[in-house]
Amino acid sequence: MELNGNVPDGPVNEKWDRRKSELKLVNPANKRKFTIIVVGTGLAGGSASASLAELGYNVKTFCIQDSPRRAHSIAAQGGINAAKNYPNDGDSVWRLFYDTVKGGDFRAREGNVYRLAQVSNAIIDHCVAQGVPFAREYGGLLANRSFGGAQVSRTFYARGQTGQQLLLGCYSALMRQVAAKKVTLFPRREMLELVMVDGKARGIVARNLITGEIESHEAHAVVLATGGYGNVFYLSTNAMASNVTAAWRCHKKGAFFANPCFTQIHPTCIPVHGDSQSKLTLMSESLRNDGRVWVPKNKGDKRAPSDIPESERDYYLERKYPSFGNLVPRDVASRNAKAVCDEGRGVGATGLAVYLDFADAIKRDGKDTIAKKYGNLFAMYEKITAQDPYQVPMMIYPAIHYTMGGLWVDYNLMSTVDGLFVIGEANFSDHGANRLGASALMQGLADGYFVLPYTIGGYLGQGGLGEVSTGHQAFVDAAKQARDQTDRLLSIRGKRTVDDFHRELGKLMWDNCGMGRTDEGLAAAKERIPQIRAEFWESVRVPGEGLDLNASLEKAGRVADFLEFAELMVDDALARRESCGGHFNEAFQTPENEALRDDENFCHVAAWEYKGENAPEERHQEPLTFENVKLSQRSYK
Amino acid sequence: MSRTINLTLLVWRQGKQSPKGSFETFQARDIDTDSSFLEMLDTVNEKISLNGGEPIAFDHDCREGICGACGAMVNGRAHGHEKGTTLCQLHMRHFNDGDTVVIEPWRARAFKVIKDLVVDRSALDKIMAAGGYISVNTGGAQDANSLPVPADDAEKAMDAAQCIGCGACVAACPNASAMLFVSAKISHLALLPQGRPEAARRALAMVREMDACGFGNCGNERECEAECPKEISIINIARLNREFIKSSLI
Ligand SMILES: Cc1cc2nc3c(=O)[nH]c(=O)nc-3n(C[C@H](O)[C@H](O)[C@H](O)COP(=O)(O)OP(=O)(O)OC[C@H]3O[C@@H](n4cnc5c(N)ncnc54)[C@H](O)[C@@H]3O)c2cc1C
Ligand code: SF4
Ligand code: FES
Repeated sequence: MELNGNVPDGPVNEKWDRRKSELKLVNPANKRKFTIIVVGTGLAGGSASASLAELGYNVKTFCIQDSPRRAHSIAAQGGINAAKNYPNDGDSVWRLFYDTVKGGDFRAREGNVYRLAQVSNAIIDHCVAQGVPFAREYGGLLANRSFGGAQVSRTFYARGQTGQQLLLGCYSALMRQVAAKKVTLFPRREMLELVMVDGKARGIVARNLITGEIESHEAHAVVLATGGYGNVFYLSTNAMASNVTAAWRCHKKGAFFANPCFTQIHPTCIPVHGDSQSKLTLMSESLRNDGRVWVPKNKGDKRAPSDIPESERDYYLERKYPSFGNLVPRDVASRNAKAVCDEGRGVGATGLAVYLDFADAIKRDGKDTIAKKYGNLFAMYEKITAQDPYQVPMMIYPAIHYTMGGLWVDYNLMSTVDGLFVIGEANFSDHGANRLGASALMQGLADGYFVLPYTIGGYLGQGGLGEVSTGHQAFVDAAKQARDQTDRLLSIRGKRTVDDFHRELGKLMWDNCGMGRTDEGLAAAKERIPQIRAEFWESVRVPGEGLDLNASLEKAGRVADFLEFAELMVDDALARRESCGGHFNEAFQTPENEALRDDENFCHVAAWEYKGENAPEERHQEPLTFENVKLSQRSYK
Repeated sequence: MSRTINLTLLVWRQGKQSPKGSFETFQARDIDTDSSFLEMLDTVNEKISLNGGEPIAFDHDCREGICGACGAMVNGRAHGHEKGTTLCQLHMRHFNDGDTVVIEPWRARAFKVIKDLVVDRSALDKIMAAGGYISVNTGGAQDANSLPVPADDAEKAMDAAQCIGCGACVAACPNASAMLFVSAKISHLALLPQGRPEAARRALAMVREMDACGFGNCGNERECEAECPKEISIINIARLNREFIKSSLI
């Protein structure tokens, strides 16, 4: 089946206005009659919940954490993009659009990306009005920096804590609506099933993480804002509770999953320390503005970095990419780090690290200036590694960071299930095969503040949504399904812990479906995943009870879903006979080792349809057409 | 350089099985000193699970000191003894082989223990709902640069805005007051021109809600400042008091 993205006709810069004028409106008195469930309180879910409530809808908002303020978005460090062009360096909506399409290696929809760039400025205006304390210049105006490979300074930031400050903005707006009784909060809840009535999303089933009870909630539409699935790799920069469960369970109810193999590896993370490591810590990419990346020229050079003379250092990014240097996009920086380590030139105890050196920047700008820019990142690095980056170069290595793939949505952000909308990292929409730095925060807030509130109105305004209650058979069945799984997990009482399985799966995926993929590796993973899954269901040990706070049980459910989802990722990677952005199959590369796309056969979104347990999924395509940005080979030379 | 150490843990256990709660002893063996306190607990929990017991429950998520989910009293100190550090960022290299470590949940009237080290901090959300915001709806904001903010004020607002809502200040305070938390939010917003119009009302509403939630009064003990992982200054409490006095004058 060929999927239709439902993008409005007309010139790219008029599409969004056109759609807004076509969408049905819901009159204020009727908004009160609609209830919307929002799952997730990160930037996407938090902003959507607040905005929908302000419009007058009744909103029920769910999150796993004890407070909505703790969603994973809080950890974003570097910043948020917008096309304000405050520095007068030639930025525009068009350039942000162009950079995003090209950065995504031409695997995103032009219409969506243009809209994203268009609403980006309103996000900054709104956040400032909410009191988000962005960095400012001495004159009191907002400061910008260049970030993650952009040649203009379009990134707004709040020290190294941009995600936190933006999320506190959403959260405060959300709490204001809680006080106004327009939002009912359900923290410490995990959505386990989507409930469909007459082919439409009409509610969810969630587990109360304190009492363990399974609860049912009805609504007129469901919004998923549940973040990305990077934790399929076990070690990632994602928060511990980040998961694929909500998206996966919706997938099994009919929502197509798009481009699951598009995952992003972030080039600057603190290297792995040992077996007890539970997650990886990102060092913001803004560090690449001033830090220089290098490894020794010679294999196995074990000297301390200060003992390696300039002439024996290889600043490989500056050497290979003279015009972008250390600021090449993430996928390029990551693959190059892997390549030098594979050559045996990696540094540190494991040989799986490269240097990020600030000595020259400190010499040039002074320690104070560097401290002002990166002080808290340096402190964090020192806390974790016990090394002082003002004195010795940082050591960094790539790690899984973000997932471009996600549930397929049309231009209106609705999935293939009527009434199920998907926003933020959980959808696949705007970043193609590779996301630019500081664009995830922008997308989450664009979706939640400025896109979904319109498009969901268009859906609700169409009518045809009769009342349903949680007594409906569909709710009863979904609750039973959730309870059965819990009981099954608890009854195994095997010999291996949940983490043990998760670690095994993660390593398999990192080795075979990570930075550099090969057909052999992918085939091996495809064979092994079902075996791990079978072992899991035979010998996992989940201690404790169902009707209690039980973190092991929560994790077990998430790992069970990762074990199914991982196979789809591998299938998707195998089926895409090209390299693009974050998907790099070594069989498809240019002579300079860059990703080699096949635009003739793969200029499309792959969207997978679930066909039942143990049946292969069906791959659908949504063709991508580029009318404004010419398809070209990315080059950062 | 990384080493391994052995520790004896005295951990508070409370929940369905033991509603009143008591300490239980565990041995933490071969702990890599490069690992974090929570990774140490993970290691212990893996053992407990395999031996048929129930793992120690604790809250956590980001594990990088920013979400505010983690926290426990470690040897009587909120988030342990390292200054300016959350529990997830406390590394085992700061402990010695053979140490005994006592681990307890936050204790405060307003924070009920849910299970082991997990407590109910929803009172902090209630205080935020009472007024911790600027009343602006999505859409219609003016251009962000039409309202310049002196860099110094912006910096001070940012200092206050760093609060992660972990509740350590409450746990550290002899009166279990939430003043540092409340003052951080009030200062953040009061220092910015956008936040001024509602400053007085906000201070009044948040302080009232704090009292209603069962937090104690500030007795100027300064324990909060000493234990706050984000090193929020008690200058913010002075600022809160000023805003509060102004509000009571209206
Ligand atoms: C360390 C780090 C730094 C980053 N820095 C930047 C940056 O500088 N700039 C940038 O643009 N991007 C950055 N990113 C990416 C960006 O932070 C994320 O993509 C973005 O915040 C995702 O937001 P979200 O709202 O979609 O989801 P999240 O913030 O992940 O929120 C997910 C929400 O869903 C809830 N949830 C999940 N599953 C369930 C369930 N089953 N039931 C109920 N609730 C559920 C969670 O509780 C949570 O509330 C960074 C990412 C990381 C990991
Ligand atoms: S003021 Fe400090 S200790 Fe108190 S909640 Fe905020 S960050 Fe935690
Ligand atoms: S786990 Fe997030 S602050 Fe410790």
